[in-house]
Amino acid sequence: MHGKPLTELGIGQTARIEALAATGANRRRLLDLGLVPRTEIEAVRRSPAGDPVAYRIRGAVIALRREEAAQVFVCAD
Amino acid sequence: MASHQESLRALMRELHGDDQTTVRDQIVSDLYTRSAEIASATVTLPDGGRQFAFDRRLDNILTSRWLGYPVMLALLGIVFYMTIAGANVPSALLGDLFGWIEGYLTLFFAWLGTPEWVHGVLVLGLFRGVSWVVAVMLPPMAIFFPIFAILEDFGYLPRVAFNLDRFFKSAGAHGKQALTMTMGFGCNAAGVVACRIIESPRERMLAILTNNFVPCNGRWPTLITLSSLFMAGAVGLASGSLAATLVVVGIVLIGISATLAVSWTLSKTMLRGVPSTFTLELPPYRKPQFGRLLVRSVYDRTRIVLKRAVIVAAPAGVITWILANVYIGELSVIAHVAGFFDPFARLIGLDGYILMAFVLGLPANEIVLPILIMSYLSSGAMTELDDFTALKQLFLDHGWTWVTALCTMLFSLLHYPCGTTMWTIYKETSSVKWTLVAILLPTGIALSACFLVAQAARLFGWG
Amino acid sequence: MGTEMFNIRRGHPDDLVIALAGNPNTGKSTVFNALTGMNQYTGNWAGKTVGSAVGYFRHSTASFTLVDLPGTYSLLSQSPDEQVARDFLCWGQPDATIIVTDATCLERNLNLALQVLEVTPNAVVAVNLLDEAKRKGITVDLNQLADELGVPVVGMAARRGIGLDELKDTVLRLATGHYQPDPQPLTYSPEVEAAVAALLPRVSPLIPNPRMARWVALRLLDGDPSVLDAMERYAPNQHAFGGETTWLPTKSHSAL
Repeated sequence: MHGKPLTELGIGQTARIEALAATGANRRRLLDLGLVPRTEIEAVRRSPAGDPVAYRIRGAVIALRREEAAQVFVCAD
Repeated sequence: MASHQESLRALMRELHGDDQTTVRDQIVSDLYTRSAEIASATVTLPDGGRQFAFDRRLDNILTSRWLGYPVMLALLGIVFYMTIAGANVPSALLGDLFGWIEGYLTLFFAWLGTPEWVHGVLVLGLFRGVSWVVAVMLPPMAIFFPIFAILEDFGYLPRVAFNLDRFFKSAGAHGKQALTMTMGFGCNAAGVVACRIIESPRERMLAILTNNFVPCNGRWPTLITLSSLFMAGAVGLASGSLAATLVVVGIVLIGISATLAVSWTLSKTMLRGVPSTFTLELPPYRKPQFGRLLVRSVYDRTRIVLKRAVIVAAPAGVITWILANVYIGELSVIAHVAGFFDPFARLIGLDGYILMAFVLGLPANEIVLPILIMSYLSSGAMTELDDFTALKQLFLDHGWTWVTALCTMLFSLLHYPCGTTMWTIYKETSSVKWTLVAILLPTGIALSACFLVAQAARLFGWG
Repeated sequence: MGTEMFNIRRGHPDDLVIALAGNPNTGKSTVFNALTGMNQYTGNWAGKTVGSAVGYFRHSTASFTLVDLPGTYSLLSQSPDEQVARDFLCWGQPDATIIVTDATCLERNLNLALQVLEVTPNAVVAVNLLDEAKRKGITVDLNQLADELGVPVVGMAARRGIGLDELKDTVLRLATGHYQPDPQPLTYSPEVEAAVAALLPRVSPLIPNPRMARWVALRLLDGDPSVLDAMERYAPNQHAFGGETTWLPTKSHSAL
């Protein structure tokens, strides 16, 4: 996999989606949220509890738990 | 035609032999690419991402590391305060209204010359049961649910799930359970229905089974009254609502802890499984449609409360009156049963009458306290004692200590769900087994908790 | 008829059936309530409106049954909500479909719109929450959007009652067949189109309607078995996909 996992994206930073490690229904779900390659993604904020983290994807803000974010690989613009 | 289906299935199997991932990915990708194309051709966005500014600023507070939780707690307190303080006057007014009607009904029956027991069953039992539920339940629900609806319309609730998800995840549950739980403050049956937002069956069941541990509007009066009498000491009327709010918040926190603890335990035992995926959208904040929401919510809640009053409270009132006024020997049936329960009840810090009241209050939590007062007074009909001093004296006369009050409050918080909720659980789960679990599990926990507290008190010589 | 299979009760036997689709959070419920006046709860939380609801309204001389589909982000993900929406759109044979979108979030919403248009071209796209968009400084060129999509587009601020009449007019024209849009189905990238082209010869004989055949081919490539299950359940005789007769005016429906 190219790039780094989404979990390593700092809050306030932006990157582009490289690939998804998830398979099956999970992969389908992440794709449906708009996490397709070359999409821009911004880490907006972290929950006060530390997890999940909210990301801006194609204009919408979606919270992903660490486990899900770890399956998304991004690289800096 | 069956062969057409077969052909298609065969085709699918054939294709599925290869790894179709790239094609699938590409399909979704293409859809998004086209969406982006169309959007860039038709939508003009302001500069600098201005459209996100307000949401960002507000979320910086509501989900912030330092302010997030305090704000949530404060909001909870405010909602509760508005419900408690706001419901006082209407409840009293409704109580007066029904009392006035009851007076005329009594006259009417006297005029009809019907036997005493007819008046007893219909007026003191049925009418009083219904009017009690309406007077106690309608005002708080007509306040709590609209406020909740406004918060929801505004967009705050996903932020609550966002803030609390980690705790629920650790308990093996779903972040959205935070939301079904908050619904339960208003009404547990509504909370159970709300569990539909949790897709995964295992986590939905967890949410359904634990919804009962947060006290619904119907239990607030019991909790508030008992805590005011025995915990807060002599509290002046001015701070009454505030003290009551603090108590309810405190009890709610206990309830939330119970929710997490039980979820955790169930996740390791009866409802084992992996946490399912959790994707939560944090939608933009929107100005809530106050007018429409309030009207619709109040109308809905009124309808639901009235329906429940008729279906549940009316029979409960009748049965209660009968049990209280049918005598076997020197004692009413209630007194007999209370006596029968008493030894067991004492073990868990209660007495026979309290336990009896909870049993009779199974259809609707809000009638537990009036049944208890009625039993203590042997008045034969659900009563209320407006005078707090007199009420406290009544309890003291029957051997109450603060331990009794605590155990009663604990039992009220943790015990089986009310009749409406039980029925709702059955409809939502379509499972007799899980409905039974939903009834027996909380009861078992309530009995254990009360037992432990009662025995500890005895051991340490408290109360 | 389509609606009976889904347990949808029409208001009157010759009611026109309208499907209401859209992402969660687009004010779809507001549109539903505004059209039907039914007492339904509107929430701002994605996914809160679960399960279909049905309402009735009249416009001009026609009587409508409006089916509120669960709010979904897509029709492809195999979640129960999405299956309900997809099944009704494919086999419930609505006379017209309203796709509600949020003007402040249009790019996201178009994903579902494009998918719905692949299934049924007889649709109108309602761009809702224009008042919110204005507040945020976002503008949408509705005419251009109609061009791009190939179906009528109506701008709305449903909670203020703006755009409702235009929506009702458009729905009436669509449902009675006076206006039959023919949007271009999405052209995918070469690899996908090649795969579809390879499949079509084997799918077309089984499914006469070309639009549906293409859709089924795509779903076969998707590897979604639930589509075939649904087909078996709702269209065992294949007529539901049959020919070009699916979108005729009311009179012809009784012949089916």
